[in-house]
Amino acid sequence: MFSKPSPARILSRALAETRWRPGLATQPFHSEIFAPAGEASGTGLALTLAQDALAAAGEGDNTRQVLWVQDVKAIRLGGRPCLAGLPPGLRHRLIHVAAVTPEDALFALEEGLKCRDLACVIGEIAGNPRALSFTASRRLSLTAERNGVRLWLVRLDAEPDLSSARMRWRVSAAPSPDPRWNSAAPGTATWHAELFRARTHAPGEWILSDDTGTLRIHRDPDTGLLAAPDLVGLARATVGRSLAAVARA
Amino acid sequence: MSVWLARLSVDRWRLSHAPEARAAVDAAPTALIIETAHGPRITAANVAGTAAGAHAGMLLADARALCPDLAAIPADPAGDLASLEKLALWAQRWGPWSALDPPDGLLVDVTGVAHLFGGEARLIADVTRAFAQRGLAARGALAPTAGAAWALTHYARAGAILDPGDDPLRLLGDLPVAALRLDDDVLTVLRRLGIKRLGELAGVSGTGDDPAQEAAARDALRRRFRNHRSPAANPLLRLDQLLGRVPEPLLPVIARPMPLVQRRLMEPLRHRDLLDRVVNDLAHDMVRTLEARGEGARRLELALWRVDGEVLMRRIELAAPTREPAHITRLFAARLDDVEAGFGIEMLQLRASWSEPLHLSQADLDAAAQQHGTALAACIDRLTVRLGPKAVTRPVARASHIPERAQSWQSPLAPASLAQNQLAFHTRPLKLLDRPEPIAVLYASPDGVPQRFRWRGQVREVARVEGPERIAPEWWRERSTARLRDYYRIEDEAGRRYWIYRQGINGDGRGGLPDWFLQGLYA
Repeated sequence: MFSKPSPARILSRALAETRWRPGLATQPFHSEIFAPAGEASGTGLALTLAQDALAAAGEGDNTRQVLWVQDVKAIRLGGRPCLAGLPPGLRHRLIHVAAVTPEDALFALEEGLKCRDLACVIGEIAGNPRALSFTASRRLSLTAERNGVRLWLVRLDAEPDLSSARMRWRVSAAPSPDPRWNSAAPGTATWHAELFRARTHAPGEWILSDDTGTLRIHRDPDTGLLAAPDLVGLARATVGRSLAAVARA
Repeated sequence: MSVWLARLSVDRWRLSHAPEARAAVDAAPTALIIETAHGPRITAANVAGTAAGAHAGMLLADARALCPDLAAIPADPAGDLASLEKLALWAQRWGPWSALDPPDGLLVDVTGVAHLFGGEARLIADVTRAFAQRGLAARGALAPTAGAAWALTHYARAGAILDPGDDPLRLLGDLPVAALRLDDDVLTVLRRLGIKRLGELAGVSGTGDDPAQEAAARDALRRRFRNHRSPAANPLLRLDQLLGRVPEPLLPVIARPMPLVQRRLMEPLRHRDLLDRVVNDLAHDMVRTLEARGEGARRLELALWRVDGEVLMRRIELAAPTREPAHITRLFAARLDDVEAGFGIEMLQLRASWSEPLHLSQADLDAAAQQHGTALAACIDRLTVRLGPKAVTRPVARASHIPERAQSWQSPLAPASLAQNQLAFHTRPLKLLDRPEPIAVLYASPDGVPQRFRWRGQVREVARVEGPERIAPEWWRERSTARLRDYYRIEDEAGRRYWIYRQGINGDGRGGLPDWFLQGLYA
């Protein structure tokens, strides 16, 4: 009776085309993430989405470099990447570009997208500079799709104006779940993410969290269900069978 | 063959004057000086200066006491060494192989070449004449080993020749022990032992009348210098090298001309597209030159000669050795926008002042890959040329506990130095602010942790805290008044996670009330 999938699972499988979930095989090449500048939720989600896409493409642990471009305003507002705080898979392969103007940052993004030896490109641009027009974003989309290098562009304190990005997110920090050992301490990174424009998926809102490099849906506000009740994966749900039965099988 | 340029620095200084002024320069007593901790010290003096009492090693003040009108000129040891390198290359006209003998000597291997100059005596005469034509006083000597030739040049009559058939100990026995190229402190030891001449040292090396006594004396000397591995500190080793009993490795000087291509133009260039075409031709020539040597360029310098005599220089540096003409042309095109052609450019020269080995590779496969995107090195080059070398970096870990010192930024393709892996006891933020920003604590809990604070004009309520993690100042490099830091991970009521710290604690005697700073942002 356990080999037969439940009706809820069949339903979710059928809806997977329109409903976004982590670990999808087809990921867009150009995404934009709008985030407030006073928190690192935008870059956190961008890095986790990038790891998710790389893992889905089957190249999670390779050694190709990751390019991280920031303009000066973004560095002043949000700081530079801290080596010890980066995901362990990215620490040894990060190349950082500090561009003075948004024009230089866009140039660096485009050159990075043209390079076949890069795993992905992360960009951070603050505000709505004149250089980042619809034409510029269209250039980025076309370059990314032609060369097959993915781009996550984090827009700090920006208005969502015209853009050709294939997926556009709006993200802010969310209260984290209780850690297992110290309930007074901050927990794992958790964000309230809203997908408000996507070409292949329906818009929606999720509470997403970063479970040591894996993107998980913490709680789905639409259905109200806790999709992953035990976040850190320390104990596994036994789904009606005792642990002894699992061990015997 | 050994050549000793006894007065190289003085001769070089004299040659820097015009020929008609040299007589006046020779007449004035002059000394070359170098600044030391005890004041200027003389390194060399010209003939008039030596006659007036100045000699090498003297303090300038002492020499001035003997000869008040002694002129002092700063010495140029680096220039002397550079000119000695050039002379070593030039000296390969007498033999296929030459080595430096700093600070003022040369060694040339002339095995089997003396007959080309009409015998060994004529070879030495030719050497002396050739150096005299260059205005340098030189003494040459020929011997079967480098050590013997060196001893003869410094301590025998000029032009001495030691035949392979001669007994070197008998002929060189009267030379002082300084002829063994020993350090000064070793010479002092030998002088105190009463050993002044090579023959006396050789007396303990197995040629005397009583073999048992000789062996005992030699054994005593060997034990005395047992710990001296360097030949310059071990007289027995030097003596064996002089006699040819042990080999003496020498480092030869090899000429490496810089790859250089140039184009002289029939008509001066005044337009940009023509300039681009000539630069492209030069890049192809340069690539052919580099290919023949199996090298790739790391630094390229383009010089443009204008009709009015002005020379414009453009220089690019590359992240990895490159031999791609299209890439070189493209990088120079970005640097040629501000060239003022004036009345025209009549000559262009491209030289690779820094090149590294780059093996030949199959070109077609790379060209096919070029269709699918650029290589990483090319991408880095393009970014560096437009944004500057400081803008493109890679973070690497550094051995420090202070968060902002725990990472440094290096060039992206440079190999990362080995570092100990960090122990992941504490969670570090995803991003660090360039400088920690002060926060105003409005209300603190009894144990001193802020409950409500203002940062960038917004008041935030702290919901969760973890800490403190205490990081002490690095007393070996910071001032004694540097205060420790207590780091806290906090989360505010909206879920924003920050890394804040308190600088100092109450009553540590290093300032007033401690301040709070926000340094990092968690994801």
